[in-house]
Amino acid sequence: MKTFFLNFIMASAMLMLTFNSEAQQAAKSKAPQAGKPAIEAVSATPVFTGTGTDWFISIKDAPFPGLPYTYEALEPVIDKATVEIHYDRHHRAYFNNYKKAIETSPETGEMSFYKLFGSITEFPATFRNNAGGFYNHVLYWSNMSPNGGGKPSGRLMDAIVAKFGSYEEFVKQFEDAAKTRFGSGWAWLSVDLATNELFISSTPNQDNPLMNTVERRGFPLLGIDVWEHAYYLKYQNKRPEYIQNFWNKLNWADVQARYEEYFTLVSRLK
Amino acid sequence: MNFEFPALPYAYDALEPHIDRMTMEIHHTKHHRAYFDKFVAAIQGTELENKSLNEIFAQISKASAAVRNNGGGFFNHNLFWEILGPNGGGAPVGKLAEEISKAFGSFEDFKTKFNDAAANRFGSGWAWLSVKADNSLCVCSSPNQDNPLMDVHDCQGTPIMGLDVWEHAYYLKYQNRRPDYINAFWNLVNWEKVSDNYEKALK
Ligand SMILES: [Fe+2]
Ligand SMILES: [Fe+2]
Repeated sequence: MKTFFLNFIMASAMLMLTFNSEAQQAAKSKAPQAGKPAIEAVSATPVFTGTGTDWFISIKDAPFPGLPYTYEALEPVIDKATVEIHYDRHHRAYFNNYKKAIETSPETGEMSFYKLFGSITEFPATFRNNAGGFYNHVLYWSNMSPNGGGKPSGRLMDAIVAKFGSYEEFVKQFEDAAKTRFGSGWAWLSVDLATNELFISSTPNQDNPLMNTVERRGFPLLGIDVWEHAYYLKYQNKRPEYIQNFWNKLNWADVQARYEEYFTLVSRLK
Repeated sequence: MNFEFPALPYAYDALEPHIDRMTMEIHHTKHHRAYFDKFVAAIQGTELENKSLNEIFAQISKASAAVRNNGGGFFNHNLFWEILGPNGGGAPVGKLAEEISKAFGSFEDFKTKFNDAAANRFGSGWAWLSVKADNSLCVCSSPNQDNPLMDVHDCQGTPIMGLDVWEHAYYLKYQNRRPDYINAFWNLVNWEKVSDNYEKALK
């Protein structure tokens, strides 16, 4: 019944893919709940942000979430065609592929993303690639906003300055990680699962810092997709320009909410 | 320095409609060029400067990531441009055709195997047809800019044909439809050149 309901909601969400700006305005004025600021922008769209209770649900129950803004909302930083293809083709394919993979190894369907990623090397590569791809893109869309930009504040800003010396130094190190990842992959700002410290890393393909394939495991707060598909239509070989412009759409409220939530939920994870 | 950046052996629009002019131009003048420039910078003044690419690749596990990524990127694209052409397509003839049938069952079976290698390479990389040390043919794929000449590769040999499946090779025209790009590739293969590479690779 639950599955049916989700399917129904998802079907409705598909019809709503071209959101009107009124719906967006209405959604924006809703006070965001801690940890779920962005995705709720579109009502009747299934919510999955990789935060809150999403940390504990079974991967088989995760819905394909709505995009929290219109396809052109990230212009001029990311063009409409790129967002549409990226969300509706690439992201959706990762989602469909990992759901299909669950059919052949049903035991994985019961695991949370956190559990699965923590032992990802024990499962077929399709989970690493597609469940990783699904989760990473949820974070990516949630990390951006048409009204993004600016700087972090509060506890997150304090931690950034404490760790990197200054906000500017953090930006530089994050950009370096994103620029120097050779081939397809991601750069991340995460909280170290062992020490609770912030750190920057990058991973190949659709790996992420929660996977047991990385040197240093962390809970990702902020991720930038540096697969060529994320920027090629607009930037072609100029990845550094895409990375620089990314800051202008970065939703720091979302990153901060993830950081706060990490400390409230971390004891349940360990 | 015994390395030179090669001119494209045909016009940028020569592979239309299968690969568009803009993709070819950016791919050659930006991506390939950057690999070449960075490779030269990485080996300049080092002991690798006067070695051949084959010698460098044979010990690539001891080299820096810059040499591996950019040396690989330089060589792989040299091969790629060579085995494509405006008058390509069709099927191989002669000894290469016989060997392909022997190794894979038929030309169609070979294509299927090569297509699978290209489609299933997750992320950036290449699909290859190579000649192994025992002169047998093999199809495989490699991540990023690795290739079968490298000592890190799990199916080592001499590549005689390669297909770039980095998204930059096809994204402007095909976007997420990598299989369409792979199918289009067969219309461009210069089999004369691949046969030539095959003969030279035999020991
Ligand atoms: Fe992506
Ligand atoms: Fe390339």
